[in-house]
Amino acid sequence: MKALILSACCLLGLAACNTSDKSDNLLPIYGNREAVTKTVNGKTVTDTVYHTIPDFETVNQYGKKITRKSLDGSIYVADFFFTSCPSICPIMHRNMLKVYDEFKKSGNVKIVSYSIDPRHDSVAVLKNYADKMGITGNNWWFLQGDKQAIYKLAESYLVAVMEDNKAPGGYVHQGYFVLIDKQKRIRGSYDGTNPEQVANLIKDIKLLQTEPQSMIAQ
Amino acid sequence: MKFKIIAILFIAVTAAVYSCQSDEKLEFMRYYTTGQELYKTRCQNCHGAQGEGLAALIPPLTDSIYLKTNRNKLACYVKNGLKLPIMVNGKPFNGEMPPSGLAPVEIAQVLTYVQNNFGNHLGLHSVEKVNKELESCN
Ligand code: HEC
Repeated sequence: MKALILSACCLLGLAACNTSDKSDNLLPIYGNREAVTKTVNGKTVTDTVYHTIPDFETVNQYGKKITRKSLDGSIYVADFFFTSCPSICPIMHRNMLKVYDEFKKSGNVKIVSYSIDPRHDSVAVLKNYADKMGITGNNWWFLQGDKQAIYKLAESYLVAVMEDNKAPGGYVHQGYFVLIDKQKRIRGSYDGTNPEQVANLIKDIKLLQTEPQSMIAQ
Repeated sequence: MKFKIIAILFIAVTAAVYSCQSDEKLEFMRYYTTGQELYKTRCQNCHGAQGEGLAALIPPLTDSIYLKTNRNKLACYVKNGLKLPIMVNGKPFNGEMPPSGLAPVEIAQVLTYVQNNFGNHLGLHSVEKVNKELESCN
Protein backbone atom coordinates (compact mmCIF):
# COMPACT_ATOMS: atom_id res chain seq x y z
CA MET A 1 0.00 0.00 0.00
CA LYS A 2 2.73 2.38 1.04
CA ALA A 3 4.52 1.61 -2.17
CA LEU A 4 1.37 2.34 -4.12
CA ILE A 5 0.96 5.75 -2.50
CA LEU A 6 4.60 6.44 -3.07
CA SER A 7 4.44 5.58 -6.71
CA ALA A 8 1.24 7.57 -7.11
CA CYS A 9 3.03 10.55 -5.63
CA CYS A 10 5.89 9.99 -8.01
CA LEU A 11 3.51 9.90 -10.95
CA LEU A 12 1.82 13.09 -9.79
CA GLY A 13 5.18 14.70 -9.37
CA LEU A 14 6.14 13.65 -12.86
CA ALA A 15 2.90 14.91 -14.31
CA ALA A 16 3.35 18.25 -12.58
CA CYS A 17 6.83 18.36 -13.87
CA ASN A 18 5.61 17.68 -17.37
CA THR A 19 3.12 20.52 -17.46
CA SER A 20 5.52 23.04 -15.99
CA ASP A 21 8.10 21.81 -18.46
CA LYS A 22 5.84 22.79 -21.32
CA SER A 23 5.73 26.47 -20.42
CA ASP A 24 9.43 26.48 -19.56
CA ASN A 25 10.07 25.04 -22.96
CA LEU A 26 8.71 28.02 -24.83
CA LEU A 27 11.55 29.66 -26.66
CA PRO A 28 12.36 33.24 -25.69
CA ILE A 29 11.67 36.12 -28.06
CA TYR A 30 14.73 38.23 -28.79
CA GLY A 31 15.24 41.85 -29.76
CA ASN A 32 13.72 45.11 -28.58
CA ARG A 33 10.12 45.12 -27.57
CA GLU A 34 7.67 47.95 -27.11
CA ALA A 35 4.44 48.26 -25.23
CA VAL A 36 1.82 49.70 -27.56
CA THR A 37 -1.46 51.00 -26.27
CA LYS A 38 -4.39 51.04 -28.63
CA THR A 39 -8.13 51.22 -28.51
CA VAL A 40 -10.08 48.11 -29.39
CA ASN A 41 -13.88 48.24 -29.26
CA GLY A 42 -13.75 51.33 -27.09
CA LYS A 43 -11.37 49.74 -24.56
CA THR A 44 -7.73 50.60 -24.16
CA VAL A 45 -5.47 47.56 -24.37
CA THR A 46 -1.73 47.33 -24.09
CA ASP A 47 0.08 44.99 -26.41
CA THR A 48 3.70 44.01 -26.59
CA VAL A 49 5.16 44.54 -30.02
CA TYR A 50 8.22 42.44 -30.68
CA HIS A 51 11.16 43.08 -32.92
CA THR A 52 10.53 41.47 -36.32
CA ILE A 53 12.58 41.00 -39.47
CA PRO A 54 11.82 43.86 -41.90
CA ASP A 55 11.08 43.46 -45.61
CA PHE A 56 13.95 42.76 -47.97
CA GLU A 57 14.41 42.22 -51.68
CA THR A 58 16.67 39.48 -53.02
CA VAL A 59 16.90 36.81 -55.70
CA ASN A 60 17.57 33.15 -54.95
CA GLN A 61 19.76 30.60 -56.72
CA TYR A 62 17.00 29.97 -59.26
CA GLY A 63 16.83 33.68 -60.16
CA LYS A 64 13.47 34.02 -58.46
CA LYS A 65 12.58 37.15 -56.47
CA ILE A 66 12.51 36.46 -52.72
CA THR A 67 11.13 38.91 -50.17
CA ARG A 68 9.96 38.81 -46.57
CA LYS A 69 6.58 37.65 -47.88
CA SER A 70 8.10 34.56 -49.55
CA LEU A 71 8.74 33.24 -46.03
CA ASP A 72 5.17 33.72 -44.80
CA GLY A 73 3.96 30.59 -43.03
CA SER A 74 7.49 29.21 -42.56
CA ILE A 75 9.74 28.82 -39.60
CA TYR A 76 13.17 29.63 -40.96
CA VAL A 77 16.87 29.73 -40.15
CA ALA A 78 19.00 32.56 -41.55
CA ASP A 79 22.74 33.00 -41.88
CA PHE A 80 25.21 35.29 -43.66
CA PHE A 81 28.02 33.85 -45.78
CA PHE A 82 29.86 34.13 -49.10
CA THR A 83 30.76 31.32 -51.47
CA SER A 84 34.49 32.06 -51.63
CA CYS A 85 34.81 32.25 -47.84
CA PRO A 86 37.92 30.35 -46.74
CA SER A 87 37.36 30.55 -42.98
CA ILE A 88 34.17 29.71 -41.10
CA CYS A 89 31.62 29.24 -43.90
CA PRO A 90 32.61 25.65 -44.72
CA ILE A 91 32.12 24.77 -41.04
CA MET A 92 28.80 26.62 -40.92
CA HIS A 93 27.43 24.95 -44.00
CA ARG A 94 28.70 21.50 -43.01
CA ASN A 95 26.56 22.02 -39.89
CA MET A 96 23.66 23.64 -41.77
CA LEU A 97 23.46 20.53 -43.95
CA LYS A 98 22.42 18.64 -40.81
CA VAL A 99 19.56 21.10 -40.31
CA TYR A 100 18.62 20.78 -43.99
CA ASP A 101 18.63 16.98 -43.87
CA GLU A 102 16.55 16.96 -40.70
CA PHE A 103 13.76 19.16 -42.09
CA LYS A 104 13.84 18.75 -45.85
CA LYS A 105 10.73 16.59 -45.69
CA SER A 106 8.69 18.92 -43.45
CA GLY A 107 7.42 21.70 -45.67
CA ASN A 108 7.30 24.49 -43.10
CA VAL A 109 10.98 24.91 -42.27
CA LYS A 110 13.26 26.86 -44.60
CA ILE A 111 16.87 27.96 -44.59
CA VAL A 112 18.03 31.25 -46.11
CA SER A 113 21.69 32.11 -46.60
CA TYR A 114 22.29 35.73 -47.51
CA SER A 115 25.49 36.38 -49.45
CA ILE A 116 27.50 39.31 -48.09
CA ASP A 117 29.56 39.37 -51.31
CA PRO A 118 26.84 39.97 -53.95
CA ARG A 119 29.35 41.27 -56.52
CA HIS A 120 30.98 37.84 -56.74
CA ASP A 121 28.01 35.71 -55.72
CA SER A 122 25.79 36.07 -58.78
CA VAL A 123 22.75 33.87 -59.30
CA ALA A 124 24.89 31.50 -61.40
CA VAL A 125 27.58 31.27 -58.70
CA LEU A 126 24.95 30.64 -56.02
CA LYS A 127 23.29 27.95 -58.16
CA ASN A 128 26.61 26.23 -58.68
CA TYR A 129 27.29 26.38 -54.94
CA ALA A 130 23.83 24.97 -54.12
CA ASP A 131 24.31 22.17 -56.68
CA LYS A 132 27.64 21.21 -55.17
CA MET A 133 26.11 21.22 -51.70
CA GLY A 134 23.49 18.83 -53.06
CA ILE A 135 20.62 21.27 -52.39
CA THR A 136 17.51 20.88 -54.52
CA GLY A 137 13.99 22.30 -54.26
CA ASN A 138 12.96 25.26 -52.14
CA ASN A 139 13.99 24.34 -48.61
CA TRP A 140 17.32 26.18 -48.71
CA TRP A 141 17.68 29.44 -50.58
CA PHE A 142 20.96 31.21 -51.29
CA LEU A 143 20.17 34.90 -51.70
CA GLN A 144 21.76 37.80 -53.52
CA GLY A 145 20.67 41.37 -52.86
CA ASP A 146 21.95 44.94 -52.68
CA LYS A 147 25.08 44.88 -50.56
CA GLN A 148 24.26 47.82 -48.28
CA ALA A 149 20.71 46.57 -47.81
CA ILE A 150 21.97 43.10 -46.84
CA TYR A 151 24.43 44.55 -44.33
CA LYS A 152 21.61 46.60 -42.82
CA LEU A 153 19.37 43.54 -42.80
CA ALA A 154 22.05 41.58 -40.91
CA GLU A 155 21.67 44.06 -38.06
CA SER A 156 18.00 43.22 -37.70
CA TYR A 157 19.01 39.56 -37.39
CA LEU A 158 21.45 40.75 -34.68
CA VAL A 159 24.41 39.53 -36.74
CA ALA A 160 27.49 41.66 -37.36
CA VAL A 161 29.04 41.71 -40.85
CA MET A 162 31.55 44.05 -42.42
CA GLU A 163 34.12 44.35 -45.14
CA ASP A 164 37.76 44.11 -44.07
CA ASN A 165 40.65 43.72 -46.49
CA LYS A 166 42.76 42.13 -43.79
CA ALA A 167 40.31 39.34 -42.99
CA PRO A 168 40.54 36.00 -44.84
CA GLY A 169 38.47 36.38 -47.98
CA GLY A 170 37.94 40.10 -47.36
CA TYR A 171 34.96 40.02 -45.00
CA VAL A 172 34.40 39.58 -41.29
CA HIS A 173 31.13 38.13 -40.22
CA GLN A 174 29.65 36.20 -37.36
CA GLY A 175 28.63 32.62 -37.93
CA TYR A 176 25.26 32.75 -36.21
CA PHE A 177 22.27 30.68 -37.29
CA VAL A 178 19.23 32.79 -36.42
CA LEU A 179 15.90 31.07 -35.81
CA ILE A 180 12.83 33.02 -36.96
CA ASP A 181 9.24 32.07 -36.19
CA LYS A 182 6.17 32.44 -38.41
CA GLN A 183 5.61 35.93 -36.98
CA LYS A 184 9.13 36.92 -38.17
CA ARG A 185 10.36 37.18 -34.59
CA ILE A 186 13.83 36.05 -33.49
CA ARG A 187 13.49 32.95 -31.31
CA GLY A 188 17.10 31.84 -31.03
CA SER A 189 20.64 32.47 -32.17
CA TYR A 190 23.19 29.65 -32.39
CA ASP A 191 26.89 29.50 -33.15
CA GLY A 192 26.86 27.81 -36.55
CA THR A 193 30.44 26.62 -36.12
CA ASN A 194 29.59 24.63 -33.00
CA PRO A 195 27.97 21.21 -33.61
CA GLU A 196 26.41 21.12 -30.13
CA GLN A 197 24.69 24.45 -30.61
CA VAL A 198 23.47 23.31 -34.00
CA ALA A 199 22.01 20.19 -32.34
CA ASN A 200 20.19 22.57 -29.97
CA LEU A 201 18.91 24.53 -32.94
CA ILE A 202 17.41 21.35 -34.40
CA LYS A 203 15.72 20.61 -31.06
CA ASP A 204 14.40 24.17 -30.81
CA ILE A 205 12.96 24.08 -34.34
CA LYS A 206 11.01 20.97 -33.37
CA LEU A 207 9.77 22.77 -30.27
CA LEU A 208 8.74 25.76 -32.34
CA GLN A 209 6.86 23.47 -34.73
CA THR A 210 4.71 22.27 -31.82
CA GLU A 211 4.09 25.74 -30.38
CA PRO A 212 0.31 26.10 -30.03
CA GLN A 213 -1.45 28.61 -32.28
CA SER A 214 -2.82 30.55 -29.27
CA MET A 215 0.75 31.28 -28.21
CA ILE A 216 1.60 32.40 -31.69
CA ALA A 217 -1.26 34.88 -32.07
CA GLN A 218 0.05 38.36 -31.47
CA MET B 1 82.21 -19.76 -24.39
CA LYS B 2 80.89 -19.81 -27.94
CA PHE B 3 77.42 -19.77 -26.55
CA LYS B 4 78.17 -16.72 -24.40
CA ILE B 5 79.47 -14.73 -27.35
CA ILE B 6 76.47 -15.59 -29.42
CA ALA B 7 74.19 -14.56 -26.58
CA ILE B 8 75.94 -11.22 -26.11
CA LEU B 9 75.90 -10.56 -29.84
CA PHE B 10 72.26 -11.37 -29.98
CA ILE B 11 71.45 -8.99 -27.15
CA ALA B 12 73.52 -6.21 -28.70
CA VAL B 13 71.88 -6.58 -32.08
CA THR B 14 68.33 -6.66 -30.72
CA ALA B 15 69.08 -3.66 -28.53
CA ALA B 16 70.41 -1.71 -31.51
CA VAL B 17 67.45 -2.63 -33.69
CA TYR B 18 65.03 -1.84 -30.92
CA SER B 19 66.45 1.60 -30.11
CA CYS B 20 66.63 2.40 -33.80
CA GLN B 21 63.01 1.52 -34.22
CA SER B 22 61.92 3.56 -31.25
CA ASP B 23 63.87 6.60 -32.51
CA GLU B 24 61.95 6.38 -35.73
CA LYS B 25 58.75 5.92 -33.88
CA LEU B 26 59.50 8.91 -31.70
CA GLU B 27 60.20 11.06 -34.73
CA PHE B 28 56.97 9.93 -36.32
CA MET B 29 55.02 10.72 -33.15
CA ARG B 30 56.54 14.21 -33.01
CA TYR B 31 55.50 14.92 -36.58
CA TYR B 32 52.08 13.44 -36.00
CA THR B 33 51.16 15.33 -32.82
CA THR B 34 52.33 18.72 -34.10
CA GLY B 35 50.60 17.92 -37.37
CA GLN B 36 47.37 17.26 -35.51
CA GLU B 37 47.43 20.73 -33.96
CA LEU B 38 48.21 22.31 -37.32
CA TYR B 39 45.39 20.36 -38.94
CA LYS B 40 42.89 21.63 -36.36
CA THR B 41 43.82 25.27 -36.83
CA ARG B 42 44.62 25.35 -40.56
CA CYS B 43 42.72 22.63 -42.39
CA GLN B 44 39.84 21.33 -40.30
CA ASN B 45 37.44 24.18 -41.08
CA CYS B 46 37.42 23.07 -44.71
CA HIS B 47 38.24 19.36 -44.63
CA GLY B 48 36.32 18.53 -41.43
CA ALA B 49 37.21 16.87 -38.11
CA GLN B 50 36.99 13.42 -39.70
CA GLY B 51 38.58 14.51 -42.96
CA GLU B 52 35.12 14.20 -44.48
CA GLY B 53 35.26 17.35 -46.63
CA LEU B 54 32.08 19.22 -47.55
CA ALA B 55 29.66 17.73 -50.06
CA ALA B 56 30.99 18.27 -53.60
CA LEU B 57 32.68 21.54 -52.62
CA ILE B 58 35.67 20.34 -50.61
CA PRO B 59 37.20 16.87 -51.12
CA PRO B 60 37.62 14.43 -48.22
CA LEU B 61 41.09 13.34 -47.08
CA THR B 62 40.04 9.71 -46.75
CA ASP B 63 41.07 8.53 -50.23
CA SER B 64 44.31 6.64 -49.49
CA ILE B 65 44.79 5.77 -53.13
CA TYR B 66 44.56 9.42 -54.21
CA LEU B 67 47.00 10.44 -51.47
CA LYS B 68 49.42 7.66 -52.34
CA THR B 69 49.32 8.32 -56.08
CA ASN B 70 49.83 12.05 -55.58
CA ARG B 71 52.14 11.78 -52.57
CA ASN B 72 54.97 13.71 -54.21
CA LYS B 73 52.71 16.61 -55.14
CA LEU B 74 50.91 17.07 -51.80
CA ALA B 75 53.55 19.42 -50.36
CA CYS B 76 53.16 21.75 -53.37
CA TYR B 77 49.37 21.62 -53.06
CA VAL B 78 49.48 22.60 -49.40
CA LYS B 79 52.10 25.32 -49.97
CA ASN B 80 50.70 26.96 -53.10
CA GLY B 81 47.06 25.93 -52.97
CA LEU B 82 45.23 23.85 -55.55
CA LYS B 83 42.85 24.78 -58.34
CA LEU B 84 42.54 21.77 -60.63
CA PRO B 85 39.78 19.35 -61.54
CA ILE B 86 40.54 16.24 -59.44
CA MET B 87 38.86 12.92 -58.62
CA VAL B 88 38.68 11.96 -54.94
CA ASN B 89 36.78 8.90 -53.67
CA GLY B 90 35.45 8.51 -57.19
CA LYS B 91 33.86 11.97 -57.25
CA PRO B 92 34.93 15.02 -59.24
CA PHE B 93 36.04 18.20 -57.44
CA ASN B 94 36.85 21.49 -59.04
CA GLY B 95 37.20 23.92 -56.19
CA GLU B 96 39.95 26.12 -54.94
CA MET B 97 42.24 25.57 -51.98
CA PRO B 98 44.11 28.73 -50.94
CA PRO B 99 47.90 28.70 -50.26
CA SER B 100 48.51 27.68 -46.64
CA GLY B 101 51.46 29.90 -45.77
CA LEU B 102 52.99 26.99 -43.79
CA ALA B 103 56.75 26.45 -43.45
CA PRO B 104 58.23 23.25 -44.98
CA VAL B 105 58.54 21.54 -41.58
CA GLU B 106 54.90 22.35 -40.81
CA ILE B 107 53.84 21.00 -44.20
CA ALA B 108 55.72 17.78 -43.38
CA GLN B 109 53.99 17.57 -40.00
CA VAL B 110 50.48 18.20 -41.24
CA LEU B 111 50.95 15.81 -44.18
CA THR B 112 52.22 13.10 -41.82
CA TYR B 113 49.10 13.58 -39.75
CA VAL B 114 46.72 13.51 -42.73
CA GLN B 115 48.38 10.47 -44.28
CA ASN B 116 48.17 8.47 -41.06
CA ASN B 117 44.70 9.39 -39.93
CA PHE B 118 41.20 9.17 -41.47
CA GLY B 119 41.93 5.55 -42.35
CA ASN B 120 45.24 6.27 -44.12
CA HIS B 121 48.50 4.48 -43.22
CA LEU B 122 51.16 6.01 -45.42
CA GLY B 123 53.91 6.64 -42.86
CA LEU B 124 56.23 9.55 -42.20
CA HIS B 125 56.41 12.44 -44.67
CA SER B 126 59.75 13.94 -43.65
CA VAL B 127 60.82 17.56 -43.99
CA GLU B 128 63.72 16.44 -46.23
CA LYS B 129 61.20 14.88 -48.58
CA VAL B 130 59.03 18.02 -48.47
CA ASN B 131 61.99 20.25 -49.25
CA LYS B 132 62.84 18.12 -52.27
CA GLU B 133 59.27 18.12 -53.51
CA LEU B 134 58.93 21.88 -53.10
CA GLU B 135 61.83 22.39 -55.53
CA SER B 136 59.77 20.98 -58.35
CA CYS B 137 56.39 22.69 -57.82
CA ASN B 138 54.87 24.15 -60.93
C1 HEC C 1 39.54 27.12 -47.65
C2 HEC C 1 39.31 25.72 -47.58
C3 HEC C 1 40.52 24.78 -47.48
C4 HEC C 1 41.51 24.78 -46.52
C5 HEC C 1 41.68 25.72 -45.35
C6 HEC C 1 42.35 23.64 -46.84
N1 HEC C 1 41.90 23.01 -47.95
FE1 HEC C 1 42.73 21.35 -48.82
N2 HEC C 1 41.43 21.51 -50.35
C7 HEC C 1 40.39 22.42 -50.45
C8 HEC C 1 39.74 22.28 -51.74
C9 HEC C 1 38.55 23.08 -52.22
C10 HEC C 1 40.45 21.28 -52.42
C11 HEC C 1 40.18 20.78 -53.85
C12 HEC C 1 40.81 21.75 -54.82
C13 HEC C 1 40.51 21.41 -56.26
O1 HEC C 1 39.44 20.86 -56.54
O2 HEC C 1 41.34 21.75 -57.12
C14 HEC C 1 41.48 20.78 -51.51
C15 HEC C 1 42.35 19.72 -51.78
C16 HEC C 1 43.23 19.17 -50.88
C17 HEC C 1 44.00 17.96 -51.08
C18 HEC C 1 43.99 17.06 -52.29
C19 HEC C 1 42.70 16.34 -52.48
C20 HEC C 1 42.33 15.43 -51.34
O3 HEC C 1 41.21 15.60 -50.80
O4 HEC C 1 43.12 14.55 -50.94
C21 HEC C 1 44.77 17.77 -49.97
C22 HEC C 1 45.74 16.62 -49.68
C23 HEC C 1 44.47 18.86 -49.07
N3 HEC C 1 43.54 19.68 -49.65
C24 HEC C 1 45.07 19.02 -47.83
C25 HEC C 1 44.90 20.16 -47.04
C26 HEC C 1 45.66 20.42 -45.84
C27 HEC C 1 46.73 19.52 -45.26
C28 HEC C 1 45.23 21.62 -45.38
C29 HEC C 1 45.74 22.39 -44.15
C30 HEC C 1 47.13 22.79 -44.20
C31 HEC C 1 44.17 22.10 -46.26
N4 HEC C 1 44.01 21.18 -47.26
C32 HEC C 1 43.46 23.28 -46.08
C33 HEC C 1 40.02 23.35 -49.49
C34 HEC C 1 40.79 23.67 -48.38
